[in-house]
Amino acid sequence: MSAQNTDTPLTRFGRYLRDNPIIPLLVFLFLMIALLEVLRPGIVMPIRAGRDGLISSFWVGNLIKFAIPLAMLAACQVLTMLTAGIDLSVGVVATVSAFVCATLSAVWGVAPAVFVALAAALAVGVVNGIGVGLVRVHPLIMTLGTGLIATGCLQVYQRLVINAGTHIPEFLAWLGTGRTAGMPNGLIVFVPFALFILWLMRYTGFGRLLFALGSNEHAAKLSGVRAWQVYLALYVLSSLIAALAGLLYLGMIRQTSLSLANPLLLPSVAAAVIGGTSIFGGRGSYAGAIVGALILRVLDTMLTLLQMPEGARTALFGLIILAVTALYVRITGTR
Amino acid sequence: MSRFLRKHAWVSGLAALLVVLLIVTKLIQPSFGASGLESIARAALPFAFATAGMAVVVIVGGIDLSVASMMAVCAVTAAVLMERMAGIPALMIVLSLGLAMGLINGALIVLTRVPDIVVTLAMLFVWEGAALLILESPGGATADWLEHAIRGSFVFDGLPKALLVIALGIAIIWLPIRRTKLGLSIYATGSDERAAFRSGVAVGRTKIAAYAVCGLFCAMGGLSLAALTGIGEPVPGPYLMASVAAVVLGGVVLGGGKGGLLGPIIAVFILRIIRTILTLLAVDPNVTTIIEGTIMVAVVMLGTAASLRGARR
Repeated sequence: MSAQNTDTPLTRFGRYLRDNPIIPLLVFLFLMIALLEVLRPGIVMPIRAGRDGLISSFWVGNLIKFAIPLAMLAACQVLTMLTAGIDLSVGVVATVSAFVCATLSAVWGVAPAVFVALAAALAVGVVNGIGVGLVRVHPLIMTLGTGLIATGCLQVYQRLVINAGTHIPEFLAWLGTGRTAGMPNGLIVFVPFALFILWLMRYTGFGRLLFALGSNEHAAKLSGVRAWQVYLALYVLSSLIAALAGLLYLGMIRQTSLSLANPLLLPSVAAAVIGGTSIFGGRGSYAGAIVGALILRVLDTMLTLLQMPEGARTALFGLIILAVTALYVRITGTR
Repeated sequence: MSRFLRKHAWVSGLAALLVVLLIVTKLIQPSFGASGLESIARAALPFAFATAGMAVVVIVGGIDLSVASMMAVCAVTAAVLMERMAGIPALMIVLSLGLAMGLINGALIVLTRVPDIVVTLAMLFVWEGAALLILESPGGATADWLEHAIRGSFVFDGLPKALLVIALGIAIIWLPIRRTKLGLSIYATGSDERAAFRSGVAVGRTKIAAYAVCGLFCAMGGLSLAALTGIGEPVPGPYLMASVAAVVLGGVVLGGGKGGLLGPIIAVFILRIIRTILTLLAVDPNVTTIIEGTIMVAVVMLGTAASLRGARR
């Protein structure tokens, strides 16, 4: 291990953080929460404002509740970024699935509506997968394009169903807004989902293929990986996750609109990047992305408290992505 | 003549396609004439400038995802400034603002060593936020002469002023660059960055300059947007995908080093006329959006497949 001694302490520290991004992230999360408590005493610890309870379970529940859809969309970004891709259609896919589900539930009933919503997402995922895997279009441009087409389709569809009215399925509303023992019901979906993604990335052949393709696509192909099949499966999976997140978000907001989940797109990329997933592929962790989503939600609360306008928030998220990526490039010295 | 055609086969083909599409339009709508041409040219204005900017950065080997956002920033700035001050100084401020934004994009790419696509994705949101900060909802006003500058025809009926603005704007900026060392550096950097560096091209400075030119074109696009609508609109329009598609259709290879600005500009008009034809055929405008999006994605897919085949050879 003599080679290690030649590295500068900064490089070694950088490698340590890279391998365990969750540790500094958790520290950062608690620092942010502490800062929030300083800004508005009593919001996290009601006892300081003279109310009951050491930690406000309402506040924690709210934080988790709004972080869940974001963390689910961040899963799409983590998985696609592992192969040096990105999925910019997730916001639109989530919106489409929510809108389709809400409008069709009023006509056909809940089960077919959910089925059609997932099928729509599947279609987008297949097109993405074909474009990225077979035609080799850059994922960013491909998913941006399919997102635009899906938005157009949604507008046409909206005019067809404009008179049908909407109906939010009860179980989605229960999942989105209900609470059990102070914690949001969304966790019932999210905990198994997160475990599944962690298992998928860590213990399955598919997960290893994603890492292999992202680290060195050429080497992976020479080792016999059929890249296009992996990409196809990946983008289909990403779209299905986005649809699921959209359904959950529908239950949470209990309203439909043509841009319901679109504002979640940029934060989902930011959450994945903050969570230590490299946008250049081959490195990433979903646990980090979950903490990243929580950090973004705390940041959001803070910016709301400071009465920061919408534009400043958007710009800030963009700067965060840029700064974190530049920091990774600087620390690891790779591109 | 035949040598010219062989050298510019792609652009000539595009021009022929444009003529065919114009004839088709005339067949569908016999009354289609100078005024129809004028409205197409006017609608093409912001697309043409966005595409010109995108083409320059694609030639240098990059891509700029923030064109639409930069145009939005310039449009709202123009609308806000022209409400308060004289037109010409406001125009100059907007143009230098575009140049500055392009410089910032390029400098960030060169200094942070983060790939173009990531930096400009982040900047897309930064500029979008900036536009919202300048003007929260559509508003402001533009000078009347700005609108007159692009409306109507010049000298005789068949030559729309908008077309003249496109030609002049792009020629004034691009031709001097193309003919000097900078233009050569841009093409050299785009075709092989390492070889260009070893031949003594200041690669970093060339890239920054290319992004600055893109920013300048975006400022023109933003100005034409403001002139078209008469107000400033802080939400970016659909110019990103459209410009990428027009650049690819125009014969500029994604990856850099090949192509010019004439092809992409013709491609812009082809895409606009397709929209006009769909409208004349009484296709639902929303369906038109879908068809347009599909055409753009298909163009980009075909272009990527073609450039991949070229690279393998």
